[in-house]
Amino acid sequence: MKLLIKNGRIIDPANKINRVSDILLENGKVSKLAKDIKPNGAEAIDAKGMIVAPGLFDMHTHVRQPGREDAEDFITASCAAAKGGFTSITAMPNTNPVCDNRGIVEYIISESRGNAIINIFPIGAITKAQKGEDLAELADMKDAGVVAVSDDGSSVKNAQLMRKALEYSNMFNVPVISHCEDLNLSQGGVMNEGLTSTLLGLLGIPNISESCIVARDIALANFTKAKLHIAHVSTKESVELIRQAKEKGINVTCETCPHYFTLTDETVKGFDTNAKINPPLRTKEDRKAIMGGLKDGTIDVIATDHAPHTEADKDIEFDLAPFGIIGLETALSLAINELVDKKIIKWDELIKKMSYIPSEILGLTNKGRLSIGADADVVIIDPDKKFKFAKETIVSKSKNSPFIGRNFKGCAVVTICRGKVVYKA
Amino acid sequence: MKWQRKDLLGLEDLSADEINLILNTASSFKEISERPIRKVPTLRGKTVVMLFVEPSTRTQTSFELAAKRLSADTVSIAASTNSMQKGETLKDTAKNIEAMKIDALIIRHSSAGAPRMLAKVLTPCVINAGDGSHEHPTQGLLDIFTIKEKKGRIKGLNVSIIGDIMHSRVARSNIWGLIKLGANVTVCGPSTLIPPGIEKMKVKVTTSVKEAITNTDVLNILRIQLERQKGKFFPSIREYMIKFGIDSEILKGAKKDILIMHPGPINRGIELAPEIADGPYSVILNQVTNGVAVRMAVLFLLLGKRKAPFLEPSKKGRF
Repeated sequence: MKLLIKNGRIIDPANKINRVSDILLENGKVSKLAKDIKPNGAEAIDAKGMIVAPGLFDMHTHVRQPGREDAEDFITASCAAAKGGFTSITAMPNTNPVCDNRGIVEYIISESRGNAIINIFPIGAITKAQKGEDLAELADMKDAGVVAVSDDGSSVKNAQLMRKALEYSNMFNVPVISHCEDLNLSQGGVMNEGLTSTLLGLLGIPNISESCIVARDIALANFTKAKLHIAHVSTKESVELIRQAKEKGINVTCETCPHYFTLTDETVKGFDTNAKINPPLRTKEDRKAIMGGLKDGTIDVIATDHAPHTEADKDIEFDLAPFGIIGLETALSLAINELVDKKIIKWDELIKKMSYIPSEILGLTNKGRLSIGADADVVIIDPDKKFKFAKETIVSKSKNSPFIGRNFKGCAVVTICRGKVVYKA
Repeated sequence: MKWQRKDLLGLEDLSADEINLILNTASSFKEISERPIRKVPTLRGKTVVMLFVEPSTRTQTSFELAAKRLSADTVSIAASTNSMQKGETLKDTAKNIEAMKIDALIIRHSSAGAPRMLAKVLTPCVINAGDGSHEHPTQGLLDIFTIKEKKGRIKGLNVSIIGDIMHSRVARSNIWGLIKLGANVTVCGPSTLIPPGIEKMKVKVTTSVKEAITNTDVLNILRIQLERQKGKFFPSIREYMIKFGIDSEILKGAKKDILIMHPGPINRGIELAPEIADGPYSVILNQVTNGVAVRMAVLFLLLGKRKAPFLEPSKKGRF
């Protein structure tokens, strides 16, 4: 099977390539990158005026299978991902049952392999049932195929246990992804603490709820020399702490999500539960700091924190509704409009943060790059294509997005996974 | 001006003119409650349903009397009897009530924003009777009505609100209304119960009761919710009484014509000493009396211009 993409601008940060070229995909691998490659029987796609990049890699996805297949499953998540330009996503372990043992890891791998149209990589829980009490069998899960471990959705409260998790996982070089939140400080809050929460009479989650644990985990990472990745950074203070840690050479990486550089807590006015997210949408100042972190490289990765919830679950009183929004279908367009178009970062940087670096952090060196012999996971992006994000067009099983009705410019038009076209606009 | 809104969700939404319209309407309704026969036919044939998902005695009774004195039919649904306990969502409960053809739904709920959520999906008027820590518009209106009745004006008055500002919907509605009408508002309480950013509502913030009392025309004392103790917002009720309780001693520094207000229910001897609650400065029971008039005005303005259903047999849809 051969696929030839012609005349596109190839952006491949791993190999420092940013030029117009053809690229040939053969037998599921990248086989040639040059000008004027002759088709020789290959199916050809004309990508003139388009950007051709390694398929996007989301290192923070909630797939909901097993347990909440009414909200999302391997098939629908993978279709939403493909539409958003992603060729790889991860499955966060806060499912039901929790992915905290080899059995569930194997289930995710075998079940998704037959059904999903893109790659799904499982992430294992740090602690059994994500209860924060006992370590899960991290090494066995690693052997079964997890690419990272995380108690995402909740924070590992006990610093000693977090230390052990870092030390232990460092034995086999698996990154620990930390959801940083001091639950005592969050105190049942449902949105960002500030003027807006005061006006709405809603309980607030303060910035320090995140930054206190970011500071703790950086200290632990420095002490253990293990691989720490901080999930969904949302505050100014966290960005500052991570910047300092990196300056000191501590082994820490982090991600933010498109909503944190696009929206502020004022979106919650009107009590729209599709603006209820954890960590919460913060203030203008935080948003500015997040953009600053993306610009200077403090923030390594843009991830979606795609968190599907059914309409029935979301369409209730604000304080009772679950946290989370979907993000796979809007992440790339938001990054283009809010970061590239506004000259915060360049295209190379965007591809780096949404594809190359995630693959590096998770140790998947055949992904996130267009090196000869790498997996033929490719996205073709039309930077000028305009569209309105309408509810009826959402592929994800859940429709909980604060971006419904928003107009975008720029999106994935063809997504290719293992050499096969899995999405075409 | 004419009343245009379908719902009353909070004083944040209202203009000064709208607030004044309600206050003026209320003052013409107040006299009805003083008559030997306390009833007028104004809202005959209208149906008002009270859905109190969080318990209340004062507000619910006040709304019920207000509706009845205008001849509306009322039905009250208390939290303990509603189907939400069987797992039905609030929206479904409300839609079911709507399907029985009603004109207004008065809702109290522990979740901020619940009335707004219903207002978006219901044709009948929705009146917020208190939603979480968000707003309690009719309480704000009756407080302002009482101040205006006693002082003759709102503009330029100094009003201090003391207590648990953070969790108080009464404080928020009072602040919105008073500021719009030109009063100077000060909020006072333990620093742990002052919500962040409140100074941006154009109020003065202080933790000194003495400062809040000095030169103020009105002192609105909030109920200290004893269950907040669990949240460790302050060390003990005893210490709260010492630092923030209002008694005759601290009031020595107050203006001679100060008004003492409290939205009730009072924790006697905690936030307010009995001799002050029952003393000459207190207008606490006037607030309750005025509450009925204000709620009559709200019901009248919201429902008065709507056509009563089924006054005439419908030409369509006969079986």
